[in-house]
Amino acid sequence: MVSAVFHSPLDAAPVMPVAAKNVAAARPVAPARQVESEPRPPRDFSALWLRVLPPLLGFALLILIWELVAMKSTTGFPSPLTTWKQALIVFSDPFYSKGPNDQGVGWNVLSSLQRVGLGFGLAAAVGIPAGFAIGRFEFLSRMFNPLISLLRPVSPLAWLPIGLLVFKGANPAAIWTIFICSIWPMIINTAVGVQRVPSDYMNVAKVLNLSEWKIFTKILFPAVLPYMLTGVRLAVGTAWLVIVAAEMLTGGVGIGFWVWDEWNNLNVANIIIAIFVIGIVGLVLEFALIRIATAFTFEEVKS
Amino acid sequence: MNDDSKYIQIQGVEQRFKTAKGSFLALRDVNLNVAKGEFITLIGHSGCGKSTLLNLVAGLTTPTQGTLLCANREIKGPGPERAVVFQNHSLLPWLTCHENVYLAVERVFASTESKAQLKARTEAALALVGLTAAAQKRPGEISGGMKQRVGIARALSMEPKVLLMDEPFGALDALTRAKLQDELLGIVQKTHSTVVMVTHDVDEAVLLSDRIVMLTNGPAATIGEVLAVDIARPRNRVELAEDPVYVHARKAVIDFLYTRQAHVEKVAA
Repeated sequence: MVSAVFHSPLDAAPVMPVAAKNVAAARPVAPARQVESEPRPPRDFSALWLRVLPPLLGFALLILIWELVAMKSTTGFPSPLTTWKQALIVFSDPFYSKGPNDQGVGWNVLSSLQRVGLGFGLAAAVGIPAGFAIGRFEFLSRMFNPLISLLRPVSPLAWLPIGLLVFKGANPAAIWTIFICSIWPMIINTAVGVQRVPSDYMNVAKVLNLSEWKIFTKILFPAVLPYMLTGVRLAVGTAWLVIVAAEMLTGGVGIGFWVWDEWNNLNVANIIIAIFVIGIVGLVLEFALIRIATAFTFEEVKS
Repeated sequence: MNDDSKYIQIQGVEQRFKTAKGSFLALRDVNLNVAKGEFITLIGHSGCGKSTLLNLVAGLTTPTQGTLLCANREIKGPGPERAVVFQNHSLLPWLTCHENVYLAVERVFASTESKAQLKARTEAALALVGLTAAAQKRPGEISGGMKQRVGIARALSMEPKVLLMDEPFGALDALTRAKLQDELLGIVQKTHSTVVMVTHDVDEAVLLSDRIVMLTNGPAATIGEVLAVDIARPRNRVELAEDPVYVHARKAVIDFLYTRQAHVEKVAA
């Protein structure tokens, strides 16, 4: 049941493999430490190598291919070493600011995160209560399900012009796009969570004649929390994917805009640096939310 | 009419379920009266509608025909006066044992009693099932038998008029089950509760019941036979093992289940 929470059918977002790798990589660390604290630990080098070697090989392969592409390239594709040197320059002063169109990578990431935070926060504020209502009341579920099914597959960027039109500004339009893309996983996961609350719990509520408020605080909310957090995690993942594209279109300060700006400057090394930065930030967001989700997952009734 | 021998009245009850294959008749023509303070067990093969009947008395479902009365009032829905002990304990995993019981106590007595009294009631209920030490533990941290005891404590804490138990010990190992049966006997002796219990365990039925209600095989199950178990209380399982009344009652139930209602596998196949 618990694993089902983390792999709901909504896991369409391509962030999933990253998450799975994350967990696999994070778990074995703890037992290894325990082993070391015991007296005279039999060091299992083969197991250690099996854990460390494959990821290292993976990265080595990536760098090798990259190096080959850079060597063969006639268009000035930067080699890993050039990129590394450029990265050292970029990260030596990530928080400089020379006017609105020339800011450090730190500012760019932070303004992207701020947009994601705002759009995502608004989506949570609307989506989670909506999900509860849709999950709890059959009527609302039938009323909104067709709408959600229709709107969910639409690329969030298709909403960007609507945002520009309505809010008459690039920044609110980008936030609006994030709002739209992160609201669906939260509505749907919360609603599914409410519908999947074990009927035993609801029978308890019925036998005790609990008030709707008590049902919510003591049964529904704790039971739905793992599903809800999965929704939140998917939403953050999608939002982080979408913000880059949205900022490329809207401009301003942001990691997506930075990528586009560096493309216009033909500074490919910076684009590659940006790709790594985006990946790492996405990984950190994902990992943090997985940790929160596991902390709030309880053993369920076996039925 | 306010007769203690007819505390729960089940009159001409029929229960149909709508399924994908059409309507399914689970129970038909069920008539039963349960006296106040009586211990009734419902026994029958799986799928015969024992739990369906219990859910009807609990008010979790409503019959398609017939009426159910409790203390001469129609059972319209579930309520704390008819507490249910569920088969899989149904404790809320995010609450401690104390909080699980407190939730029930609070619901029933909060309007008339102070917080300290509610706490005392909760502690008394947990003490009754011998779980004072585990009060601050979550269900995930205690054994299956202890969880089931918390479920019983939660039900008893509401001081229900009727205690409904749906195979409460079904998921437990034989030794734990025996221990809890003995505890339940002691508790019921103390509280004089009216109990309706679903079981598929013949020994459990004979040991605990005043009357054993045997259901015929489903679909369209009904009461096949009612057997009164005239054994004085308190009952002791070791002494009873050779008691002629006990042995006879046990034989009668086994005879009903395995001789007269034995064709269940064939029907299912």
